[in-house]
Amino acid sequence: MFRRLPDPHARGVAFTFEGRPAHGVEGDSVAAALLALGHSQTRESVVSGAPRGPYCLMGVCFECLVSIDGVANRQSCMVRLREGMIVARQRGRRGVAP
Amino acid sequence: MDRAIPYQAAVIGGGVVGLCLARGLAGQGLTTCVLDEGDVALRASRGNFALVWVQSKGLGMPAYRAWTRRAAALWPAFAAALREETGLDVALRQPGGYSLCLSEHELERRRAALLQLHHQPGGETVPWEVHDPAAISRVLPAIGREVVGGIYCPLDGDVNSLRLFRALHASIARRRVTYLPEHPVHDIVPLTGGGFRIGTPRGPLEAERVVLAAGLGNARLAAMVGLSAPLRAQRGQIMVTERVAPFLHHPVSTIRQTDEGGVMIGDSKEENVADVRTSPGVLAAQARRAIRMFPLLAGLNVVRSWAALRVMSPDGFPIYDASTAAPGAFLVTCHSGVTLAAAHAELLPPMIARGALGSDVQVFTAGRFDVPAAA
Amino acid sequence: MRRLASIADLRERYDIVIVGAGPAGMAAAVEAGGHGLSVLLLDENRGLGGQVFRAVESSPLRAHAPLRSAVAAGDRLVAALASVDIEYLSEATVWQLDPTLAVSVSKAGQARGLTARRIIIATGALERPMPVPGWTLPSVMTVGGAQTLLKAHGLLPEGRMVLAGTGPLLWLYAAQCLAAGFSPTLLLDTTPRVNWLPALAKLPTFFVSPYLAKGLSLLFGVRRAVRVISGVDALAIDARDGALRVTWPGGEAAADHVLLHQGVVPHTNLAQATGCAMAWQPGQACFTPVTNDWGDSSVPGIGIAGDGAGIAGAEAAEAAGRIAGLAALHAAEAIDVAARDARSIPHRRALARARKGRAFLDALYLPSQSFRVAAADVIACRCEEVTGAAIRAAAVQGAVGSNQTKAFLRCGMGPCQGRLCGLTVVETLAAARGVTPEAIEPLRIRNPVKPVTLAEIASMPSTEAELAAVARP
Repeated sequence: MFRRLPDPHARGVAFTFEGRPAHGVEGDSVAAALLALGHSQTRESVVSGAPRGPYCLMGVCFECLVSIDGVANRQSCMVRLREGMIVARQRGRRGVAP
Repeated sequence: MDRAIPYQAAVIGGGVVGLCLARGLAGQGLTTCVLDEGDVALRASRGNFALVWVQSKGLGMPAYRAWTRRAAALWPAFAAALREETGLDVALRQPGGYSLCLSEHELERRRAALLQLHHQPGGETVPWEVHDPAAISRVLPAIGREVVGGIYCPLDGDVNSLRLFRALHASIARRRVTYLPEHPVHDIVPLTGGGFRIGTPRGPLEAERVVLAAGLGNARLAAMVGLSAPLRAQRGQIMVTERVAPFLHHPVSTIRQTDEGGVMIGDSKEENVADVRTSPGVLAAQARRAIRMFPLLAGLNVVRSWAALRVMSPDGFPIYDASTAAPGAFLVTCHSGVTLAAAHAELLPPMIARGALGSDVQVFTAGRFDVPAAA
Repeated sequence: MRRLASIADLRERYDIVIVGAGPAGMAAAVEAGGHGLSVLLLDENRGLGGQVFRAVESSPLRAHAPLRSAVAAGDRLVAALASVDIEYLSEATVWQLDPTLAVSVSKAGQARGLTARRIIIATGALERPMPVPGWTLPSVMTVGGAQTLLKAHGLLPEGRMVLAGTGPLLWLYAAQCLAAGFSPTLLLDTTPRVNWLPALAKLPTFFVSPYLAKGLSLLFGVRRAVRVISGVDALAIDARDGALRVTWPGGEAAADHVLLHQGVVPHTNLAQATGCAMAWQPGQACFTPVTNDWGDSSVPGIGIAGDGAGIAGAEAAEAAGRIAGLAALHAAEAIDVAARDARSIPHRRALARARKGRAFLDALYLPSQSFRVAAADVIACRCEEVTGAAIRAAAVQGAVGSNQTKAFLRCGMGPCQGRLCGLTVVETLAAARGVTPEAIEPLRIRNPVKPVTLAEIASMPSTEAELAAVARP
């Protein structure tokens, strides 16, 4: 769990995570928004399905992978949260989905 | 001889070819060692495209087509034996494979080549079919509209060649083969009375037989034992994607999906390059062809590219040779070490142990390069 | 400074291309701009600052007095950059750099190639991996990562938070948390007691360094407010009752967050993939690129500056960036040797000053070998889930270096390409083979240095010869 320092200029951003409504703040990365909501697991690993979550928060560990708007394996710490994004956990290997 | 020579066979080269031979030689009861270079070396085995491929082999040499077909047929038992021995599953599959064509001209040339192969002696024993896009799309997912057709051969397949490599290492360890990394070979000196002294930076080593399986390195070593290995390097560049849930159930000659899920793309040949760098322009051209064949590949993330040097003889066919000037010295080189693995593991070692290559592989000696072209 | 809006705005050729907008990259750009050369600054983040000045342009911390200093240190460079004639493209990832100085870069899924006369790699540092049992569990993060959440997003942990490891960043972050009103539960200090003696030998230089005053006040402040256990030589994390549990010899604690840190190491993937020679640094237990005192790497035309050339902190990075910028100006014939040398003098002085005291910090905070080597059932390679035991078994089977080990086990084949496992593999192999790490070949890094889509690769141009390599008659 994380809490936000008070910021009077913060503008809310609505999105969905795992099919349920979620919210973050303008300027969040997707990873920051998820962590702020208490979601520490972003994916199931490709080898064993083990639960994994953001680790480095700087784009080098590739643990924070999620699906965003149907595109698999996005590094959530490197993607800016936008209104209406559909975010889901990356469950193991992606599909090839035409 | 005054002193015992420690090894009955020394295999020079620890790639797929050398390890298959060493496994077989140990299986023949010979005390065997493998001399290998260090962690970083030109290793065609790490090229890893890993096709077990029959359809296009042997144009101009029917014996090579037969040898390839035989090797592919031996693969299932070989894979089972490796699994039994090491616990490792090399993920062999032989569901049949495709070469896909992106123009009528390409398809026609490929069909003509297959017909020529078919009409060589023994050629009719390799089944093949021309498939139209409708037939292909029943078997391969979402092929692109530019695919005009393809050649299908039910004998084609692939394997996880890095796992094969690991299984071979485990196998030779169990068979008490001495694996000597960081032992590059300076020279090989035939000894009077038989046997060879092999010079390495860590001291010399002696063996009754020496088998050159050092890929491009064979060219230099061959002359030391009265053999010839005219070889050239041909670079192939490869890309691999992130892991994807299985969707490509038949290998294509230039695109295959590994059992781990990554899609590998390898579709280039460059002569006269001796380094293993990749170039964005070649990878781009390969990527464009792959996307034309399977548009759904476009969104996959490529995680790595690399290059490897194919070991090419003048006609592209293997060189298997036994030295007459220095009996006990053998040479084994080819560019299809994975396809031929079972043959190298099972058919050549008994010949090497006996001291002479069998009549069925005489056609592969380097002497064929000395024959003047027919008038 | 001209902020480019999209990748389409890039020219085909620049005189100087700088990769990375942390202190070294920004300083190089400040130095190189304004000489009539075309200078491009590329960075994969959305704002300037790299990691150490993360979110300097946008941080919500400026509204919070006790934390303002956490981000203000980068302001001076950002202001200097604003007034220099250079181009800057953000959220741009350089995924391939060739020795011919061709650059492949992508932004928002679009790829472009460009060429340069000189390149400066300023890719900074990343956290040293800390392979302990359970380090891959969700809610286990790096201290640097938590600090990024704080600086860039104003996020403070809640609940029970355990910090574990060694190095100044642990104390700095703990102090920042306290200033923001959150108390870490516990700090497990793994600084090896045996380091004190060799570190004390270097203490005199530390006394005259910029780090002393900062460091001591931090340390005492944190120790007053947080439970600290020193000399921790082993630790493990597991998931227990919906939370985490940390155990160490003689104790255990429940936690909602575990933050690990044992120093930072150069982020060298781009330099390595390009072919820059590397060298093992025994005093820092990591690889650094081989550079001369102008930052020139072993590849002609490519300079490397900042923590990416060797860990020395933000002040040193800025000075080194200036020096590399001068070297680039001279190589591009914008200034002569005399000017280059004269202008470098104040920066060399600054660099020397910034480097004082590093030897003490390096000696004190060098993690013990037991925290650098992966134990048998600990994951060494997170992407491919390869354990320490598997690496040892590969060594027994004859893998002498990282690349054979990779061929056997796939460690290094995941998307991070060795960033989180490369050092662990080298140290574990060295321990298994009974040699020092410099005897172990590191992982060969391949292009693309960060994953890019096949479509992006396909969009790059091909020469006639390259097309011929792939042509089908």
